Amino acid sequence: MTPTSGNPTIEDALEHGLSRDEFNSIQEILGRPPTYTELGIFSSMWSEHCSYKSSKKWLKTLPTSGEHVIQGPGENAGVISIGDGQAAVFKIESHNHPSFIEPYQGAATGVGGILRDVFTMGARPVANLNALRFGSPKNEKTKHLLSGVVAGIGGYGNCIGVPTVGGEVDFHSAYNGNNLVNAMTVGIAQSNKIFYSAAAGSGNPVIYVGAKTGRDGIHGATMSSAEFNEDAEEKRPTVQVGDPFTEKLLLEACLELMESDAIIAIQDMGAAGLTSSSVEMAGKGGLGMKLNLDHVPVREEGMSAYEIMLSESQERMLMILDPNTEDLAREIFNKWELDFAVIGTLNDTGHLEVLKNGISEANIPIDPMVDQSPEYDRPWSEIPKQEQIRSSDYRPKGSLQDVFEVLIGCPDLSSRRWIWEQYDHLVMNNTVARPGGDAAVVRVNDTNKAIAMSVDCTPRYCLADPKVGGAQAVAEAWRNITATGAQPLAITNNMNFGNPEKPEIMGQFVGCIKGMSEAALKLKFPVVSGNVSLYNETNGVAILPTPVIGGVGLLEDLGKSATIALKRHDEDIILIGSCSGWLGQSIYLREIHGLEMGAPPPLDLDEEKRNGDLVRNLIKEGTVSACHDISDGGLLIAIAEMALASIKDAMFLGVKITNPTNIPDHAFFFGEEQSRYILTSPDANSILEIAKRHNVTAKILGKTTKNQELTIDKIGNISLQRCFEINERWMPEYMKTA
Amino acid sequence: MNSTIVIFPGTNRERDMVMAVERASGKKPNFVWYNDTSFPKTDLIIVPGGFSYGDYLRSGAMAARSPAMNSVLEYASKGVPILGVCNGFQILTEVGLLPGALIRNKNLKFICRNVSIKVEADDSIFTSRYSKGQILSIPVAHNDGNYFASEGLLQELHDRSQIAFKYTDQSGRVDASTNPNGSCENIAGILNAQKNVLGLMPHPENATDCNLGGTDGRPLFQSLVDAIT
Repeated sequence: MTPTSGNPTIEDALEHGLSRDEFNSIQEILGRPPTYTELGIFSSMWSEHCSYKSSKKWLKTLPTSGEHVIQGPGENAGVISIGDGQAAVFKIESHNHPSFIEPYQGAATGVGGILRDVFTMGARPVANLNALRFGSPKNEKTKHLLSGVVAGIGGYGNCIGVPTVGGEVDFHSAYNGNNLVNAMTVGIAQSNKIFYSAAAGSGNPVIYVGAKTGRDGIHGATMSSAEFNEDAEEKRPTVQVGDPFTEKLLLEACLELMESDAIIAIQDMGAAGLTSSSVEMAGKGGLGMKLNLDHVPVREEGMSAYEIMLSESQERMLMILDPNTEDLAREIFNKWELDFAVIGTLNDTGHLEVLKNGISEANIPIDPMVDQSPEYDRPWSEIPKQEQIRSSDYRPKGSLQDVFEVLIGCPDLSSRRWIWEQYDHLVMNNTVARPGGDAAVVRVNDTNKAIAMSVDCTPRYCLADPKVGGAQAVAEAWRNITATGAQPLAITNNMNFGNPEKPEIMGQFVGCIKGMSEAALKLKFPVVSGNVSLYNETNGVAILPTPVIGGVGLLEDLGKSATIALKRHDEDIILIGSCSGWLGQSIYLREIHGLEMGAPPPLDLDEEKRNGDLVRNLIKEGTVSACHDISDGGLLIAIAEMALASIKDAMFLGVKITNPTNIPDHAFFFGEEQSRYILTSPDANSILEIAKRHNVTAKILGKTTKNQELTIDKIGNISLQRCFEINERWMPEYMKTA
Repeated sequence: MNSTIVIFPGTNRERDMVMAVERASGKKPNFVWYNDTSFPKTDLIIVPGGFSYGDYLRSGAMAARSPAMNSVLEYASKGVPILGVCNGFQILTEVGLLPGALIRNKNLKFICRNVSIKVEADDSIFTSRYSKGQILSIPVAHNDGNYFASEGLLQELHDRSQIAFKYTDQSGRVDASTNPNGSCENIAGILNAQKNVLGLMPHPENATDCNLGGTDGRPLFQSLVDAIT
């Protein structure tokens, strides 16, 4: 229990996660010692989570503008134009720490938070995606975490009625003590009806709407800004509890009110709750705000100012209304049976003043608190390059057929059906490409266009070479969107790293940012929103560097798109992109030789762009019947996935292919060279010709067949049925005993 | 055809339903709010899917006690067609318009995927465009779709031909291996004795557009248009 009177000491400040210097700055800004409530407010605002103090310097270097960008980073979510006066609004956000402590609620409130970020801006959320990372399957906690996280994501998204259409899941022992839950939401709005958070109009009322404030999640932002030790479980009270039903009501009420001109500014109460929302709104508007906490709807009696200001209770919003519209707004929120309370007014003092029972509990000048928030140039060390390995040194011990079966059934490559069947991926009736393909494709309601979305990162590449890994994450999202025929437009990023106070971790961060910047510039794929999650360490062991990219693209005509499923027999199978048999950091090397080593596959961004632009044009022209990018596991895994996808359409198509190069078979079929796609077409020759003209490497690998098997020259035959069974087996069997 | 969709706090498939109804009838349905008791002129009432009241008490239990459902009971007694899908089916059983109950899926998990269902009754206003034994591919998306009925009730459902759809596979097999949620006798949808009320767990409204993976749900809406206009 935090005392409510007297002044906090330096020890109290340290316990709040502040440094000595930071505590001194607070006293300087105030010109006096802070109250407990003020200390709580400062500690939240200056936490890593809210202030980005370690990452700010580097985030500023990312490319954030482009012809489609309406709003870049700095608002609740990024906004891009998708034509016809419409905009896509999106962001990704982590809920890593809470999901480890309490997987169901941690993941559920992660989804709830990111949904609010999107509908706060006036967009109706139309798709959820998620990127999940868990510890080794052999770790005893992994099942419990996977089961809880998936149930939590489903529990929230299914209830609120927004389809969960895509994502990615990986397992690695580096996540044993810190799993990652990154949730992304994409919404659609009218470009001329976007709502922002900057308050305006001295004297205007400050309105609180949504759920009541309770004692849950107090100090969540501070908790998320520290490492874990054995006592992680004891942090459970800092995790919030989600109520998707209330959020559904809040969503509908907000969108209904947004049809009028009542709202001047709006901000959701996310991390650091009422504190960050009030400070950000007033700060951005260059105004002051006086809050009377006696009017805040509370769940229980006797809550202190400190608790009310720092609670992270979910499903709450703060709004500045045009005073003439208060009655209209109140009526709408009454209809949806949500609390609606005037809790303060804007003024021009430039201060945040907090009153409770007539006593001033906090009075903080906002600009200095925001402007003088710490920004660190943390020391960082360059990550040493790994040597390129020779693929001929790593031939398999068994047959290539055995290798294939191990890979297609391994935890990282096996089917994720067990997960996505627990997510309602169809509600809203616009899901064109369901989970399991390259990018998810969701139609824009009442149009013939669609948005394509993908979340991607290959952490093992980032660990081996942060710059290549950072660029590869951007390129893979771009590639996945391209493989549907869509034009990639912009990205959101979720930077998940260990403790930034360690130079090697900061070195990973800086390297990844540099790689992301380069790729985003080259591919015209700017960053419009994002989130940073640091201190993902337990007992000093950090996660793999995991800069997740959420990409969004536009498909102008649904009729001109591609899916990964083989469509007809006797079509040519074409490989786009060049081959070198690169096995460094491949899944092959890890699963077959038990080695995680070597330089990751290099990325030539010029080739990336050439190959992708060609593939997209071929899809648009209708010469391609199926398309899939080649990623984890390499070429043969990609082709197998295309055959497996044909089962869903009751086609059961097979392939007959050969290795047309002099690269050894194991390296050709399982190498992870970048910028590559597999296409099928009835007319390979014209594709080869166009490719040549565009300086793109293209080769014919073989044909699709009606044999229901994968026939690989010199390797053997694998029946599609067997392939399906192996691919589908691992996760349900693993989770059977969860 | 004038149709009405009843909305509760937490309903989330009303827009999906609008698309399907409008495609079949050419006319947008009206929405009524859970505490409305007077409906606009209507030939068909639909209780759509979602999580009314968060399903926090028991699926459909709170919604069944809302003012609008009293009006739905009156319309039903006058013979107006009532369609309940998913949460709507749960609400119709809770309010007593359909017998039996829907309990937690046997595997205790939410299930979202296309299932095969077999048409058991093709002589109702909802199913006239189908033929008995026809196998449809329609998605399900539910937590509580496990239909429970006592032995006696199951016998009655058979005797009165009230079973509308059963879960099956592409070959038509009806047994535990083709039962996604543990429903008694693989039952996916039932009619009331008067055959003017249908409740089903699968979502025909999500199978009405060839861009979205199939159109097997369309004939259900067309059947209603045939019967009403």
